[in-house]
Amino acid sequence: MLRSPSPGAPVLPVVRGSGASAGTARRPLRRSPVTLALAACVAALSLLPLAHIAGYTVEVGWSGVRELVLRPRVGELLWNTTRLAAGTVAVCGVLGVGAAWLVARSSVPGRGLWHVLLVAPLAVPAFVNSFAWISLLPGLDTYAGALLVVSLSYFPFVYLPVVAAFRGLDPALEETARGLGLSGWAVFRRVQLPQLRVALLGGSLLVALHVLAEFGALQMLRYPTFTTAIYDQYRATFNGPAATMLAGVLILLCLLLLLAEVRLRGHRGYAGSGRGAARPVRPVPLRALTTPALLALAGLVGLALLVPLGALAYWLAEGTSAGADWAGLAVATGTTLALAAAAAAVTTAMALPTGWLAVRARGRTATLLERATYLGSSLPGIVVALALVTLSIRATPWLYQTVPVLLAAYAILFLPRAIVPVRAAVEQSPPLYDDVAASLGSSGLDRLRRITLPLLAPGLGAGAALVFLAVVTELTATLLLAPTGTATLATAFWSASSALSYGGAAPYAAVMVLLSAPATVLLSRDTRRGPTP
Amino acid sequence: MTRPGRTTVVVSTLTLAASLAACSSDADTLTVYSAQHESLVRTMLEDFTEETGIELEFRDANDSELANQIIEEGEASPADVFLTENSPAISAVDRAGLLAPLDQATLDQVDAQFRPSSGNWVGFAARSTTLIYNPAEIGEEELPASMLELADPAWEGRVGIAAGGADFQAIVSAVLALEGEEATREWLAGLEDNAEIYASNTAIMKAVDEGEVPVGITYHYYWFRDQAQDGLIGDDAALHYFRNQDPGAFLSVSGAGVLASSDQPEQAQQLVEYLTGRAAQERLAGSRALEYAVGSGVSSAEALPPLAELQAPDVDPGSLDAPQVTELMQEVGLL
Repeated sequence: MLRSPSPGAPVLPVVRGSGASAGTARRPLRRSPVTLALAACVAALSLLPLAHIAGYTVEVGWSGVRELVLRPRVGELLWNTTRLAAGTVAVCGVLGVGAAWLVARSSVPGRGLWHVLLVAPLAVPAFVNSFAWISLLPGLDTYAGALLVVSLSYFPFVYLPVVAAFRGLDPALEETARGLGLSGWAVFRRVQLPQLRVALLGGSLLVALHVLAEFGALQMLRYPTFTTAIYDQYRATFNGPAATMLAGVLILLCLLLLLAEVRLRGHRGYAGSGRGAARPVRPVPLRALTTPALLALAGLVGLALLVPLGALAYWLAEGTSAGADWAGLAVATGTTLALAAAAAAVTTAMALPTGWLAVRARGRTATLLERATYLGSSLPGIVVALALVTLSIRATPWLYQTVPVLLAAYAILFLPRAIVPVRAAVEQSPPLYDDVAASLGSSGLDRLRRITLPLLAPGLGAGAALVFLAVVTELTATLLLAPTGTATLATAFWSASSALSYGGAAPYAAVMVLLSAPATVLLSRDTRRGPTP
Repeated sequence: MTRPGRTTVVVSTLTLAASLAACSSDADTLTVYSAQHESLVRTMLEDFTEETGIELEFRDANDSELANQIIEEGEASPADVFLTENSPAISAVDRAGLLAPLDQATLDQVDAQFRPSSGNWVGFAARSTTLIYNPAEIGEEELPASMLELADPAWEGRVGIAAGGADFQAIVSAVLALEGEEATREWLAGLEDNAEIYASNTAIMKAVDEGEVPVGITYHYYWFRDQAQDGLIGDDAALHYFRNQDPGAFLSVSGAGVLASSDQPEQAQQLVEYLTGRAAQERLAGSRALEYAVGSGVSSAEALPPLAELQAPDVDPGSLDAPQVTELMQEVGLL
């Protein structure tokens, strides 16, 4: 991720000090009512789907809930959804931590290359991965098949934070433990694992939330979960009560996961107290285990990367020979790029007030406003889309089926991706310039244009890029909210693959993978910084 | 350096939003909500714009989705004409009082069995329910005599259905109209135990072709279209017709209607008249869509068994009830 030029360590404390000593006179500038109102609007938009479903549940009442929720079908979906989420978290945990240990701590050859290859599956959307597997092995429509495909798509979510955490660990602790007689396994279990806990939990939470939200991959594998059932309900009854109540149960599951993660993470920290740089890690020699380790990594990369890319290449060749719809592909690509650019601009603009307040007006209000957007974005795309369909058709019929509603859905789903880098950029830009400009009589808008935005440009750019890439492969919300006649790469891929026209679907998938690839390279670079090369 | 970039983004966003918003409210364009297969509708209406000067804009989606959308939109619906794949969806809109009566001349173009008694919409194509089966997996003599037998425990794990799709739900609505609520609930409960659920009719055909399940409930034209393309997906599968007025011989009617809220009712009526007229019906019969033409005196594609031989049960297409079907399917857990 790009960073603005560092203001230099000594500057920051000085600036903060002067700001504090200037007293309360200048504080209102940083927390102007306009900024606060804007951030409150953004938070309200994020919570809109949640509020809608909650309000609807109250409206339906207990008897309605009992009739729509307490039925065998919901029990079946609950069982399917939770066992898939639990299984995927377990498999991704083993794959992610194992691969991270090999890359960060062992003597396995080619660690730099393996790192990039282990992040690369993120460039293949899960529904494309699923398409590849089911087109090769139609018998994969079982629990085991769903577990395999989803785990191969999501294990990098665990691998990335864990490998970063490994690199942040001071090897001195491990060496001391080994010196005191612990075996390699005991060192891992008693010294390293506790320190990896926060990273592992964070990654597992991401995996579980993605499983709850996954639609395309599971629909293709005929594995019914809440998300696919809501889609079926939507097709049969539009925004009927049964669909909305299923969405309510799904939201509860998301909230439970968020709470569980907070509880499990706890308050214990493992920050090192020693100053200075940690010594480079001495890799654990694998000796005879080198070949099995290489085979394991190759197997994982082969399954997670080569199978989908190979299948895609095969169907691409097949589809091209049968005469692909190049005009359709060009239009869908253009539409997708335009929508993604618009969503990136809008979402980043919306992230600005929230990210600004989180740094410049630290406090309970700012934290609440920021967390509200995280909560909103943890809801599955199908729930957000369903809520926006109903709300727009009832409250703003003139907006229904238009681009702004679709952009609002993208914003709700992807705001944190913009807020995090914007916030980091605000953190790094000293408030001094803003204060000086204000003292010279520059107006608020003028300062925003001439001081704040140029200073925050790298953060805004990074946030916009992340949103852009997320929108390029968004399927579920787009299916429900796209305006009449609008096809994106994801929806065009979906209709072709639903008609089992694998050759016709492949070009759309290939373009999505190509567009996602640069982000993946960036992601792998970011965590490669650190003591190990 | 960043300013021009941002301006460009903002301008292009606004342009995109404006252009996409603009195309939905054009005065001399009819907005058609269509759940029928895109290629079929476009083929039938190929010369319509040239002959009449009326431009068409389509919103393509699934039956129930569009019907419920029109009902939600009510008077404010941008739709002028509604085309469905199956009749329960258009009946739901009719029952909500949102359809305008059609010109008698238009109704008269189509045989009476393909239109409702209300006269507020008209059929423009028909499709027959069939059982697709894999002769390598199951002998012809083992095939059920009635579609209702598929609920027997003997069929556990051996039948494919696309429960989430409008086609299957239309077939259920016919069972409901012919056999009543109790029998339909029992049949659905049996299917819930027995059936493998697929996402589409094409997926069922592929599964049967590959021997995943020996039989599946689909409409006839998926197999015929596939055969016309040299059996790409279903070359190892064959079709079984139930006939004998069995619910499994149900002929599902694709309906066309004019919205009462249309601001161009004359042009909308003209479109439905065209769709059911001889030219469009003959175009359907000559196309690769391979659904049945319903226009009086127009015969369907030669590859298809004639309509009269299908021995379809007698169902008023206007009586089919989508909401009750959804409720029953939710009750037994198929939805």
